[in-house]
Amino acid sequence: MGRYILLRHREIPDLHRLEVYVRHGGYEAWRKALTAMTPDQVIEEVKASGLRGRGGAGFPTGMKWSFVPKDVFPKYVVVNADESEPGTFKDREIMEGNPHQLIEGALLTAYAIQAERVYIYVRGEYRSVARRLEAAIAEAYAAGFIGRNVLGTSYSVEMFVHLGAGAYICGEETALLESLEGKIGHPRVRPPFPATYGLYGKPTVVNNVETLANVPPIILHGAAWYRTMGTEKSPGPKIFCLSGRVRRPGNYEAELGKITFRDLIFGEEYGQGLLEEGRTVKAILPAGASAPMLPASALDTPLDYESVQAAGSMLGSASIIVLDDTVDIVWAAYKMVRFFQHESCGKCTPCREGTYWLRRVYERIVAGRGRPKDPELLESIARQMAGKTLCPLGDFATSPVLSSLKHFRKEYEAYLRRAVETPAEVPA
Amino acid sequence: MLREKYKQEIEAILARYPVKRSAVLPLLYLVQREYGYCTEEGIREVAEITGVSPTEVREVVGFYTLFYDHPIGRHRIQICDDLPCALRGADDLVAHATRRLGIRPGETTPDGRFTLETVMCIGACHRAPAMQVDLEFVENVTPEVFDRVVEELSRDGA
Ligand SMILES: Cc1cc2nc3c(=O)[nH]c(=O)nc-3n(C[C@H](O)[C@H](O)[C@H](O)COP(=O)(O)O)c2cc1C
Ligand code: SF4
Ligand code: FES
Repeated sequence: MGRYILLRHREIPDLHRLEVYVRHGGYEAWRKALTAMTPDQVIEEVKASGLRGRGGAGFPTGMKWSFVPKDVFPKYVVVNADESEPGTFKDREIMEGNPHQLIEGALLTAYAIQAERVYIYVRGEYRSVARRLEAAIAEAYAAGFIGRNVLGTSYSVEMFVHLGAGAYICGEETALLESLEGKIGHPRVRPPFPATYGLYGKPTVVNNVETLANVPPIILHGAAWYRTMGTEKSPGPKIFCLSGRVRRPGNYEAELGKITFRDLIFGEEYGQGLLEEGRTVKAILPAGASAPMLPASALDTPLDYESVQAAGSMLGSASIIVLDDTVDIVWAAYKMVRFFQHESCGKCTPCREGTYWLRRVYERIVAGRGRPKDPELLESIARQMAGKTLCPLGDFATSPVLSSLKHFRKEYEAYLRRAVETPAEVPA
Repeated sequence: MLREKYKQEIEAILARYPVKRSAVLPLLYLVQREYGYCTEEGIREVAEITGVSPTEVREVVGFYTLFYDHPIGRHRIQICDDLPCALRGADDLVAHATRRLGIRPGETTPDGRFTLETVMCIGACHRAPAMQVDLEFVENVTPEVFDRVVEELSRDGA
């Protein structure tokens, strides 16, 4: 086996073509499941593997599948390819370079829960990516891996790509389902969860692209093999998206918990250090804009779900954005708050109003018109949002604010001192 | 009329879903391809095809950033100025684009050729700064790359 489990196209040229994929063991897992495993056995294998969702929440995948009722039909599998978290570009690479592994994983999921249809919801900005994925799906249909009576069995399954149209919130699984139903992307009140009440009110499994790319190797080589990678609680490989002030940004595949932030940023086979000579790391964002930033003292934290949480943040989608000592933290927090204000769907008041006011306060601070009490004001707005919103976006929006104030309050104070000493000409 | 001109395509879209309403987004893309933006006429046609009220279709157009309820330029340039790109020069690129095109983000050139927008992360942060031109990726964008793209699209017929 090569170095890669997920980014195999890096070692195998033209892996996006079905013929090449099949020559390298592709669709063997699919054949194995259809001819030698019951749907429940597939679920049990994935459960035993310990695979956890790669879309952000880290929920155990096999367990999610087992919540789907057996006696309600039709059922659906929906692949979350909305990938819109700032700093995240891993699902794109899978779909462009290794699309058949995703397709095979989605088919295995459909078989496991006995779904008759798979929808792959791709963000609208990935139109070019979606076209490549559609070409791969067409190949798989033509080869008899998708369609009626797959590989001569009694199982039939269909697969379609559905393009979103620009809205981060549609990455939230219930908003995604609403969007797929042709509506605006407002999250649903949960429970009920998609496993029982999903697409068109039917049992539905929603999984991330990277999650599903893990499934074919698990079925082919078994849960025990899978567990030889990663840690006890976070098994398997993971793609880390590295961006920001590093020399070599990109996707890097490594076992969970086997490398640290420092390895990823400075390692020869990873980021190769900071963009400019002589700089130092000031802060790390482990999960795009959505999880608390960590100071440089966290550099030696291993990259797995438990360790990053213990360090005070979340691994989430593992979109690591590096801020060096040239970066103005207040400005960076402003950029993230601006993102959430733009992406708040507006369904609930604390999030809609809170993100608006956060943005207003940041705008005046970075314009040199901040007021001495603005840090407390930001904290109080954030406190009024946390835990009071319908979906997690409202909480996400508070994390750049609270974490930057916690670790870098001095930078806010410097801004506010300057605002008092040299008031900006423009009135507030 | 869409229904005559794109009969087969519309049927193929509808066949993908057990519920017609799911075709709203794909059909709105078709409307934009045909009319350049989501016109009142296009919205009403989508409503008729899917059985959704025109008001609700209009609401969908308003919710998603890739749908427009007003005319835009023949070419859409969307520069990402979200945090990862901004850490690698996106704000300077936006300033350059503004100078080069003579318009601000959100505006369209007087000849109707270009609409300039700033957008949130487009999944190309490892090749920052990044942009999309008519939804195709252009990555590691320097001022020179930007100017070349604009020149190519400024030729007659483009
Ligand atoms: C605001 C918000 C945005 C999200 N965006 C994405 C996304 O772009 N892609 C994704 O896979 N999951 C995203 N999620 C997580 C999904 O709701 C869901 O947990 C995930 O698709 C489940 O798949 P998994 O278990 O395979 O990770 C988002 C969640 C929230 C609250
Ligand atoms: S928290 Fe924000 S994004 Fe989530 S439902 Fe409420 S308004 Fe919408
Ligand atoms: S921040 Fe620009 S592509 Fe991600």
